[in-house]
Amino acid sequence: MSGLVYFSSGSGNTQRFVEKLGLPATRLPIRASAAPLTLEAPFVLICPTYSDGEGRGAVPKQVIALLNRPEARSLLRGVIGAGNRNFGAQFALAGSVIARKCRVPLLYKFELAGTQTDIIRIRDGLDLFWGRAKATA
Amino acid sequence: MKDLNAPRPGLRAVPRAVNWNRLEDDKDLEVWNRLTSNFWLPEKVPLSNDIQSWSQLTQQEQTLTIRVFTGLTLLDTIQNAVGAPTLMADAVTPHEEAVLSNVAFMEAVHARSYSSVFSTLCNTADVDEAFRWSSENEHLQAKARLILDEYDATGSPLRKKVASVFLESFLFYSGFYLPMHWSSRARLTNTADLIRLIIRDEAIHGYYIGYKFQRALAGLSEAERTEIKDFAFALLFDLYEVESRYTEQLYDPLGLTEDVKHFLHYNANKALQNLGYEALFPDDAVQVNPAIMAALSPGSDENHDFFSGSGSSYVIGKAVATEDSDWDF
Ligand SMILES: Cc1cc2nc3c(=O)[nH]c(=O)nc-3n(C[C@H](O)[C@H](O)[C@H](O)COP(=O)(O)O)c2cc1C
Ligand SMILES: [Fe+2]
Ligand SMILES: [Fe+2]
Repeated sequence: MSGLVYFSSGSGNTQRFVEKLGLPATRLPIRASAAPLTLEAPFVLICPTYSDGEGRGAVPKQVIALLNRPEARSLLRGVIGAGNRNFGAQFALAGSVIARKCRVPLLYKFELAGTQTDIIRIRDGLDLFWGRAKATA
Repeated sequence: MKDLNAPRPGLRAVPRAVNWNRLEDDKDLEVWNRLTSNFWLPEKVPLSNDIQSWSQLTQQEQTLTIRVFTGLTLLDTIQNAVGAPTLMADAVTPHEEAVLSNVAFMEAVHARSYSSVFSTLCNTADVDEAFRWSSENEHLQAKARLILDEYDATGSPLRKKVASVFLESFLFYSGFYLPMHWSSRARLTNTADLIRLIIRDEAIHGYYIGYKFQRALAGLSEAERTEIKDFAFALLFDLYEVESRYTEQLYDPLGLTEDVKHFLHYNANKALQNLGYEALFPDDAVQVNPAIMAALSPGSDENHDFFSGSGSSYVIGKAVATEDSDWDF
C-alpha cells in the first residue's frame, strides 16, 4: 500500500475530501517558500484545478514545483483531479494536464469535497490499483 | 489650523488606498484575476442562431422558458443592487471590496443578458406578461424575501454570506435546469452557451464568498460557530420548501419535476460545501440525469472513472493547457 499526496488551498475542499477518505496522505505546503516535501514511496496525487478560463494555469504552482523535481515525479503513479463541473469544459482540468505531462493515468475526477459515492469508489479503486501495481512490479 | 484627518462624528473615515502589491489574502488576487479574465457581454454570444430553434418550441415551452428567465433576472437584479453591495460593506480587506465590485457589475451583466435573449427570440407582449407573472408569483417573491431579510438584517456579516451563497449556488438552479435541458436536446444551444457563462461566474462567486465565510468563522467561538451552522441549515430548509413549490408549479406540466429536484439537491449540497459544511441530501437523492451533467460541462470527459475499468487514458486534456511556463519538462 502506497501513499497519497494532495494540494488544498485555503478553501479546504480537497482537505475535507481527504479527511473523509481516511487514508494516510501528505498535504503539500500552501506557501511556496516552505521546505519541499521529501517523498520516498510511490504515490497518487490529488489535485484541484485553478485555471484562468482558457485552461492555462490549471495546475497550482505548488504542484508544478513538486512535479518539476525528477525524483518526486518518478514516484508519481496516477492522478485524481478535483474541481467543479460549473467550470464547463475545464472541469477538473488539472487532473488531465498532469496525466498528460507526466504520462500517468488519470484515475478519477470529483467535485469540491466529493460525495459519499466518490469516497467509496476511490477507496476501492486505490486498493485495486496498488494491488495491481504490486503484482506487476 | 483644522486637522482634516481627525475623525468627525457622522462622517466616514477616509479609506486606505488599495495596494495590490501588498496582499493580506492571496485569494483576493487569485479570484480577481479569474473574474476579470472571465469578463464577457451577451453580445459575444450569437443568440440569433437560436431563432429557428425557438420557433420549434410549443407555446407552453416558450412561456415556461420566458418565465424561468424572468425569475433568474430577479435573482441577478437582487445580487447586483443589494447582495454584492451589502457584502462590500463587510469586506475585511480593500482587495476584497474591489473583487466584490466586479461581482456586482457582472450581476448587472447577467440580469441584462436575459433581456438580450428576450429581444432576440421573443415578442414584447409575451415578455411583458412574464415579468408581470414574476412580480406576482408567490414562490418567487417568497424566496427573494427570505434572502433580502438576511441582507437587511444588519449586524451579521456571516448570515449575509450564507444567504448570498445559497442564492448563487442553490436558488439559481431551478432556473438553470431548463436551458441545460433544452441544450441536451440540441435546442437553444446558443442560449445555453450564454447560461454556461453565467453558471461559471456564479461558481466563482459562491466559492469566494464561501471562502470568506470560512475565514470569518475560524475566528469565532465554538458556540457561535454552532449557532451559525444551525442558522445556515434552517435557512436552507426554508429555501428548499419554497424551491420545491416553485419547481412543481413550473415543471409539473412538462413532467420534469422529479428530474429538476435531483438537480436542486445536488446543488444544495454543493452550496453547503462552498461554506465548508457537509452535504445534506444523501447520494441517491442527488443522482442528476447524465444528460444534464453533460450539458453542464460538455467535453470534459464525463464521469471519468479509470477505477471502474474503462482502461488507461492519459490522452485527454487540451494541448494549450500544458503550455504553462512554470513546467520545467
Ligand atoms: C480562481 C479559481 C479558478 C478555478 N478554476 C477551475 C477550473 O478551471 N476547473 C474546475 O473544475 N474547477 C476550478 N475551480 C474550482 C476549484 O478547483 C474547486 O473549488 C476545488 O474544490 C478547490 O480545492 P481546494 O479548496 O482544496 O483548494 C477554480 C476555483 C477558483 C477559485
Ligand atoms: Fe449572477
Ligand atoms: Fe453571482
